[in-house]
Amino acid sequence: MTESRPRVAVVVFPGSQDDRDAALALEALGAEVAILWHAERELRDVGAIVLPGGFSYGDYLRAGAIARFSPAMRRVAEFAAGGGLVLGICNGFQILCEAGLLPGVLRPNTALSFVCRDVQLRVERTDTPFLTRCEPGQRLTIPVKHGEGCFFADAELLTELEEAGQIVLRYDGDNPNGSLADIAGIVNAEGNVMGLMPHPEHAVDPLLGSTDGALVLGSLLDEIQARTPVPA
Amino acid sequence: MKVSVLVRPKPGILDPQGKAVEESLRHLGFAVGGARVGRLVDLEVQASDPSEARAEVERMCAELLANPLIESYEIELAEES
Repeated sequence: MTESRPRVAVVVFPGSQDDRDAALALEALGAEVAILWHAERELRDVGAIVLPGGFSYGDYLRAGAIARFSPAMRRVAEFAAGGGLVLGICNGFQILCEAGLLPGVLRPNTALSFVCRDVQLRVERTDTPFLTRCEPGQRLTIPVKHGEGCFFADAELLTELEEAGQIVLRYDGDNPNGSLADIAGIVNAEGNVMGLMPHPEHAVDPLLGSTDGALVLGSLLDEIQARTPVPA
Repeated sequence: MKVSVLVRPKPGILDPQGKAVEESLRHLGFAVGGARVGRLVDLEVQASDPSEARAEVERMCAELLANPLIESYEIELAEES
């Protein structure tokens, strides 16, 4: 009898960069990864979809604005609408915002420069499928590397997000991009779609300086297993 | 029909690009303030009359050319020849 591994699709857009790192990190944590080219629509039996970091379509127009029209994104939207788990990392977060699957928008960093360094994050929620392996209030060390990570929402939307508990990760002390309310990661109202600017896939091995990213990706894999019916 | 769309950062929205341009101009000795950087999109639109063209471009703005959270836009139709 073979033990079933959680299946995750990683979508690759032209200009994606971190798809292989995401796949490697997920595999190291026990997942079976299917790479989904952006022009494809077929998606079979996956428990979650990850949109990786990078610069899809050269960030033309606005970061993430073009990628949302990829055939694969239509499938992602259907998957999310059906309650499927979707995680967007960095450019993936930007794409989810542009696609309307997450609220708000990511703007150029206020300091005008690209940031690439470890940041401290504070876990605001652990009752979301993406952070169950964390402790409430836990500090995580995970790197960021982006030029457009400044989360913005108008006052009304921000209040809504705060009240609904949709802000799940905040920068702790050092806000690298001027993000509103130190927001580093949010979930949608239903809780099955999450986006974050830091890169958990770059923090899964002691060699990389931190293994805190494994808490995020591992939580996702736990949730897939919890949702998968055990074969009789 | 030639149509131009002018996309601007909404008032009050921080515009780092505009800030960088403004600072550079000041370094060059120009006394300027309030620089904002937007985007100009020129289009050739298939439409039988200006109102149809305008309606079509309105939809383009809503669906792709501008993000209503942070940007406003103006549509300009070229004079009919």
